[in-house]
Amino acid sequence: MSNLLPTSVSQQLADRARWRPLEFVFWLAALASVFLLPDRHLILTEIAILALFALSLDLILGYAGVISLGHAAYFGFGAYVAGLLAKYWIAEPVVGLIVGGLAAIVLGFVTSFLVLRGSDLTRIMVTLGVSLILREIANQAAWLTGGADGLQGITMGPILGLFEFDIAGHVSYAYSLIILFILFLFARRVVQSPFGLSLLSLKGNPLRSSAIGINVNWRLIAIYSVAAGFAGVAGALLAQTQSFASLDLFSFDRSADILLVLIIGGTGYLYGGMIGAIIFKLMQDWLANLTPQYWEFWIGLVLVLIVLIGRERMFALTAPIRNWIDRSGTRLWPRTGVPAGE
Amino acid sequence: MTTVLEAINLEKRFGGIIATDNVCLKVEKGARLALIGPNGAGKTTLVNLLTGVLRPTSGKIFLEGRDISGLEPYKRVRLGMARTFQINQLFGDLTPVETIGLAVCERMGRGTDWWRLLGTEKTLVGRIAELIEQFHLADVMKDRTVALPYGKQRLLEIALAIACRPRVLLLDEPAAGVPEDERHDILAAVAALPKDVTVLLIEHDMDLVFSFADRIAVLVNGALFADGPPSEIANNPRVKSVYLGEGLDG
Repeated sequence: MSNLLPTSVSQQLADRARWRPLEFVFWLAALASVFLLPDRHLILTEIAILALFALSLDLILGYAGVISLGHAAYFGFGAYVAGLLAKYWIAEPVVGLIVGGLAAIVLGFVTSFLVLRGSDLTRIMVTLGVSLILREIANQAAWLTGGADGLQGITMGPILGLFEFDIAGHVSYAYSLIILFILFLFARRVVQSPFGLSLLSLKGNPLRSSAIGINVNWRLIAIYSVAAGFAGVAGALLAQTQSFASLDLFSFDRSADILLVLIIGGTGYLYGGMIGAIIFKLMQDWLANLTPQYWEFWIGLVLVLIVLIGRERMFALTAPIRNWIDRSGTRLWPRTGVPAGE
Repeated sequence: MTTVLEAINLEKRFGGIIATDNVCLKVEKGARLALIGPNGAGKTTLVNLLTGVLRPTSGKIFLEGRDISGLEPYKRVRLGMARTFQINQLFGDLTPVETIGLAVCERMGRGTDWWRLLGTEKTLVGRIAELIEQFHLADVMKDRTVALPYGKQRLLEIALAIACRPRVLLLDEPAAGVPEDERHDILAAVAALPKDVTVLLIEHDMDLVFSFADRIAVLVNGALFADGPPSEIANNPRVKSVYLGEGLDG
């Protein structure tokens, strides 16, 4: 065997994990927004949280092919856990994030057994059911959660004892963005690992996955739990930055929103949730200012158009720009490619 | 000779239909056993029973003396039994390198490794390259599987099973549907399988069956109809009558 082949095999495998120039552009732009758009930090915080929540769904939908219409269950659970923790015990936000995330992982693990079996349709019903049950629990346990009035009286302490949340949302945004970036790096690493590759195989053909020795169920349980943890952290971020948690965190609308976000941004390449979140929030904001009563009509229309035209075709429109950036990047980094869409 | 794979009174019913009818089969280590029979004889059902895709209605299966009747498919693979599929079961969005990489990672116990980057481990990469070379996939190794020519997909199908380093390999019509000019690579790949690997081959192509097998089992209506060395099967009048001029003499 020639020596070239192993090198080229290892190159091809390593290439999946290589940072593309566009990724640097994306994160530099995110960093720049902290300094250049100080008066937009409130909505940017919401975008960052929505992006993290959508990233969480992308992990199971885009990688393992598991559809969920009840992902808000973990979002809401993380929010309430973080909110209650801050209200009664520890007001430090980072501890709250960790506890909220871990709690959501446990909930994700326990409920993952329900989504293992069955088709997409059963998964949609089961996930929806789980979020409805949690919402009702939060509603009934009013002595703890405040019920329909929501969890009030949360006072957050300064982050790590150093940075106090401010009314203009500067600290909130920096905090949310840093958490989003850290969890993104983690997700990026995981999906490029052998475990991540095996998730793609489950999405593609679970029958064959098991025929090469992959324990399909445990892989699904693992990624479902991790994704639930991501959603829990996103929920905790929301509760902390708004000092409030309410029953609508569990709502069907919220689960549907992130599915729409992923439809807009695309699944299976991690950036879809973030790009989708930016477009979705800005569109929502813009339309709500334009026609406060009818913005839902317009957002519905846009979504129908997106599905009809197809994201691939819209992606093709931006191809020249992306290719140009990639070519420019080639001078700085050896061997690059266009980030894979769906 | 040691028995590697054994089926005892294996039966599978789908409602009132008996797909596998009381099959008893012993396969010796290193054997080249061809399983033939008319369409609908239950050959693929038998493979699905042996590999665990289907659960038998009754009967037992032993792999190297161990009862595997109740084990899930992935556990049987880990115990050393791999298969190919009659209709390609591949990962359309992945490249051949990634596909083989998956199986090699699993085989080396790296499948649950969630932090290590792919392509950084030398032995793993070496093994992938070896299989890519052996199955003539180097020229298409970076293409998405769904875009490969059918013959290459068929080769990948076999390479993927070999990547599991099986001691027992079940080939379900490896040459099915492959155009004449692409057959050679597949036949060569089948012929080049390691001698110590026990192979059970399902095939309609009698040339391939008679050039490959040292033993032939004939399945008719789910039941074992005849079982013996190729010369005996070729001259068996009952088998001939079942096949009615399908060119059994090869």
